[in-house]
Amino acid sequence: MTRAPALAGGLKAWLGQWLAVTLLLVAAAHSAATAQTFPKLTGRVVDNANLLDPAQEASLTAKLEALEKQSTRQLVVVTLPDLQGYEIEEYGYQLGRKWGIGQAEKGSLEKDNGALLIVAPNERKVRIEVGYGLEGVLTDALSSVIIQQDILPRFRDKDMPGGIAAGTDAIITQLTLPEEEARAYAAKVEEESRKADDNDGIGLFVFWLVIIFFFFVIPMIHAARSKGRPYRSSGIGGITTWGASSGSSWGGSSGSSWGGGGGFGGGGGSFGGGGSSGGW
Amino acid sequence: MRITRYALPLLAALSLTACGINSVPTAEENAKAKWADVENQYQRRADLVPNLVSTVKAGAASEEKILTQVTEARAKATAINITTDDLSDPETFEKFSQAQNQLTQALGQLRTVVEAYPQLQSQQNFTTLMSQLEGTENRISVARRDYNEAVREYNTTIRTFPDSIGANLIHGAKPMVPFKATSQGAEEAPKVDFGQ
Repeated sequence: MTRAPALAGGLKAWLGQWLAVTLLLVAAAHSAATAQTFPKLTGRVVDNANLLDPAQEASLTAKLEALEKQSTRQLVVVTLPDLQGYEIEEYGYQLGRKWGIGQAEKGSLEKDNGALLIVAPNERKVRIEVGYGLEGVLTDALSSVIIQQDILPRFRDKDMPGGIAAGTDAIITQLTLPEEEARAYAAKVEEESRKADDNDGIGLFVFWLVIIFFFFVIPMIHAARSKGRPYRSSGIGGITTWGASSGSSWGGSSGSSWGGGGGFGGGGGSFGGGGSSGGW
Repeated sequence: MRITRYALPLLAALSLTACGINSVPTAEENAKAKWADVENQYQRRADLVPNLVSTVKAGAASEEKILTQVTEARAKATAINITTDDLSDPETFEKFSQAQNQLTQALGQLRTVVEAYPQLQSQQNFTTLMSQLEGTENRISVARRDYNEAVREYNTTIRTFPDSIGANLIHGAKPMVPFKATSQGAEEAPKVDFGQ
């Protein structure tokens, strides 16, 4: 009779220990999983390091919006107060995947066509992170040239907004060139003969661009305007111009804000470490 | 009677799918696709090397030794062909991985050496090649990490219940080998900084 309570007590103590250990393990796993935190995608310009004034931010945002309207390509400018001890190359592609910048894989004319311009003023590092789909147009060598010639000279003169604007302009210029011209320019920069893959002629490209514009982009904009809220992807081709992303392996930006004249979200594109970095 | 006629095959199918009939090949194909990325990036690097070697040779002829090392390391790395079946063979995989790591190290040394040649650094052709090499090394490390993650998922799938049943009985699945960070500078490419 006296053994039963003792046994129960032992069991209780054991259970308590077990619970404590489990809780500890869960806590450890949780902190490991959340070790790298990413800033929220609050717009096309995420100025967390406060390098830009509102007017500069607005003008950049307008340019980036025009770029996406014209080409479906997404470019996001992000400034970071710190890289949390990561290399900018490591941070960059994970941020791009996390946000899902660029259009998602299926159905769109061009997949994974996103890019990031990342500036980390405290680490004195800058990087152009290029999504899988743009690696042929915005090559490593060209990214490096943009960083060396357009961005870094201004950064060294302490003109951060000027460097960011010049870099953004240079990237946009390249991304808005017609496909063949852009590739030719990239090849010229690289001073090497690339194997020309222009079999899929420009005519077809323009044809699809027109189709997509009329049947997808315009209805989406209409839907967005008429409903007074951002369009959500209904799975048609994954071309999400306004909505939050759908179906990238990293999830899209669920945390984007919808304030102002319509929020901005990544289309679910992915990144594989393309691009170039520099320091000053 | 009627219900069982439909329910039984359905139940059978459901219990089969729960046993890893689909999830094992899915995870396997995913890991193989990630492997293809790794191979592509290594190939891309191998393609860059001859160009780089001839450019450096023109500007820094006295560095014959390191250039020979790089060329040899490239020859060794490209000589090892690895099929997707070898991904579950630790020995072959290790050979491949080591040969590639040696090329990484040789290229790292080359980069240190050429820093002493400012006339080389000012050549557009050279900086272009170096930025391409740097980008490729970066892609390799991303591709390796993605592959490791896919392998981890696949290995977990074939070892955990209930997928392990199908993995063992039907697919005869063997675990795949992930990359190891063997030494400093193997996992991560040495960084180059052009503009000070």
